[in-house]
Amino acid sequence: MKITRIKVGAGSCGIAAGATELLTFIRKEVKDIPIVEVGCVGHCYAEPLVEIETDGGPFFYERVQPKKEHLDRMLALKEEGRLVERKQRSGREMIKVLALAGRIDMTSIDEYIAHGGYTALKKALEMKPADIVAEVKASGLRGRGGGGFPTGTKWGFLAAKEAKEKVLICNADEGDPGAFMDRSLMESVPHQVLEGMLIGALATGATQLTIYCRAEYPLAIRNLKIAIDQIYERGLNKLGTRTVEFRLKEGAGAFVCGEETAMIHSLEGKRGTPRFRPPYPTDSGYKGYPTAINNVETFGNVPLILKEGAAAFASVGTQGSKGTKLFALAGDVKYPGLAEVPMGVTIGDIVYEVGGAERGSVKAVQIGGPSGGCIPADKFDAVVDYDSLKSLGAIMGSGGLIVIGQNRCMVETARYFLEFTARESCGKCTFCRIGTKRMLERLEKITHGKGNADDVAFLADLGPKVIKGSLCGLGQTAPNPVISTLRYFKHEYDAHTVHHKCPALQCNQLSDVAIHIDKCIKCGICVKTCAVKAISPEFVVDNAICTRCNSCIEVCPKKTISRVEKGTGHYGKSGGKS
Amino acid sequence: MSHLSELLRKIDTDRSNLIKALQAVQTDEGYISNAAIEAIAHHFTIATVEVEGVVSFYAQFKRVKPGKYKISVCDGTACHIKGASLVTGWLSEDLGIKDGQTDKEGLFSLETVACLGCCSLAPVISVNGKVFGNLDRKGLLKILKDYRKGGAA
Ligand SMILES: Cc1cc2nc3c(=O)[nH]c(=O)nc-3n(C[C@H](O)[C@H](O)[C@H](O)COP(=O)(O)O)c2cc1C
Ligand code: SF4
Ligand code: SF4
Ligand code: FES
Ligand code: FES
Repeated sequence: MKITRIKVGAGSCGIAAGATELLTFIRKEVKDIPIVEVGCVGHCYAEPLVEIETDGGPFFYERVQPKKEHLDRMLALKEEGRLVERKQRSGREMIKVLALAGRIDMTSIDEYIAHGGYTALKKALEMKPADIVAEVKASGLRGRGGGGFPTGTKWGFLAAKEAKEKVLICNADEGDPGAFMDRSLMESVPHQVLEGMLIGALATGATQLTIYCRAEYPLAIRNLKIAIDQIYERGLNKLGTRTVEFRLKEGAGAFVCGEETAMIHSLEGKRGTPRFRPPYPTDSGYKGYPTAINNVETFGNVPLILKEGAAAFASVGTQGSKGTKLFALAGDVKYPGLAEVPMGVTIGDIVYEVGGAERGSVKAVQIGGPSGGCIPADKFDAVVDYDSLKSLGAIMGSGGLIVIGQNRCMVETARYFLEFTARESCGKCTFCRIGTKRMLERLEKITHGKGNADDVAFLADLGPKVIKGSLCGLGQTAPNPVISTLRYFKHEYDAHTVHHKCPALQCNQLSDVAIHIDKCIKCGICVKTCAVKAISPEFVVDNAICTRCNSCIEVCPKKTISRVEKGTGHYGKSGGKS
Repeated sequence: MSHLSELLRKIDTDRSNLIKALQAVQTDEGYISNAAIEAIAHHFTIATVEVEGVVSFYAQFKRVKPGKYKISVCDGTACHIKGASLVTGWLSEDLGIKDGQTDKEGLFSLETVACLGCCSLAPVISVNGKVFGNLDRKGLLKILKDYRKGGAA
């Protein structure tokens, strides 16, 4: 077999895992084989990843280090170090939108074109706008940004408007803290998203194409810029007789700007506060022009629909949810990464088969981020589908999927999300601004062990009111993490309020730290490590001093220090000795 | 000052470029000073309170000068689940500063951010944009040590 190229995974998480050093090393050592930087193949747990491309197919290597032996065994196509494609994963996944992600040079338009890129645009150029809209409608594609609104219908609204300027915006704000599908797609195959936007411009008559991208994604921004320049060079932005241009705007760190009307305000250079709808953006949006906003992944699906046809696209999925969905899988799983599954697979498939989590080790998944809810492990036969997830009190969301292990506290998780939404509330609606704060206070009280049944009742009562009394999706969904944990994990709330215990031993005020002395080898590392000198020379932790920082637990070579139930640890009399 | 106006001259005066201008200034100077706010207000011919309103709305904009090394601790969901609050604690402990502060030497500043998009490596931090993942306490302290020695890999 002949090696044709060496591809190094150099997406954000590849770089974080050491791809830059690896690239420098390989470039120094290998002179006669082309080396290219590719994006994300979804196996983020195995980074740094290298694909040795040969005339006999690809050879993937995982956790590659800048070492001669690692390089040599790759060039010899040895078995050692190869990424083992697990059958369970490949059996559940269906790679369509991500087909080119991590497989082609992130910055090469030629490679995108060689793999069928821009054939969908070419096809669209020969169609009537109304037919493109009809095709997207027939595909059943629904918005991947969370709401699940039918894309074809939205495009139909914009297409029907007569205006001097019409605006199509790509929502690349990816606000769910714990989601990275859009980042991966933009970094790895920026042209696919841009091609979707160009087709959107043809379908709707949009004259301005704007991308609003999270500033925390510098590599995505760089790759998009490069791709846009290439589009201009090739004249691919000439849509028949007219020419459209892209504008790339960076967000400035406000979650609420993912909401459509807030995003429009932000693009206008204002504070990103949402406004009441109607008027809908398709009637009056950016600077008053008719405007439609779609998510990155939504645009990423569009070239596929035109290439394979609406019927083929719609053959995948469930009754109400067509095609595939990307999920950013993270948390307590063995194989965190990016997964693409057909609509209709079960949550269990994603967690156990794709993520490789052990059965029994998982308590729940959190899906949809701060707007979403949790699904307990005994409901993991629920299928990925907009409507069935809603019936469980969760949402499809944009694709953030955090697996929560048995040793995590659900009340603390709910508190975390409320802290997030309370901070991110733009402050316009009283219920959202004050309501989330009040809920957060009660949750803090409970996690501090000072809560009682009234606090739980208060949360259950206020949640629905915040939903009703809020203007935008942020406030309307902010109570969801609380409501859904109350629904499925009421017993954990009760443990905190009635018994003043945190079953997961995660809440600091409800746990102590103790050394299990029988396994202790008296090495003294913990004593030296503890910053507040809470550990005595006899290796006893004084919980009156301990700040619950977990440092000693981390350093103990015998793993014999752990958190224990509040009150079962040792308490020094005066509050300290040393 | 002339440096600021130089920077702003390249930016169109349409109001929709206000955030872009602020970002350009912050990239250049590390924060948004009072002088910058005035220059920007002048550039777009809007009131300084308008500019201040926008600055205070967006978490990205800093009103105080950050340290030479800007540490961002990710407290997105994945990182939170994987112990981001412990990471912040260990950093505060070692640096003697809290979230949002800069140390006396002006070497390190500490801030919490939501999701750096590398959730599969949680918990993660970034130092001047360079991301470090799968952190434990030991790895974290080594990173600080390397930066103290004068810039790390
Ligand atoms: C508070 C809030 C944050 C949002 N954040 C995002 C986001 O980060 N990315 C996104 O695509 N949509 C986000 N949305 C949904 C958008 O408002 C909008 O529905 C979506 O971009 C439409 O595109 P789609 O139909 O293609 O999904 C958010 C909504 C709300 C209320
Ligand atoms: S948890 Fe922290 S404060 Fe407590 S004993 Fe261990 S190192 Fe010391
Ligand atoms: S670090 Fe662990 S083994 Fe060593 S003295 Fe402390 S408890 Fe004992
Ligand atoms: S495989 Fe590297 S970003 Fe996913
Ligand atoms: S949650 Fe920390 S990188 Fe995403």
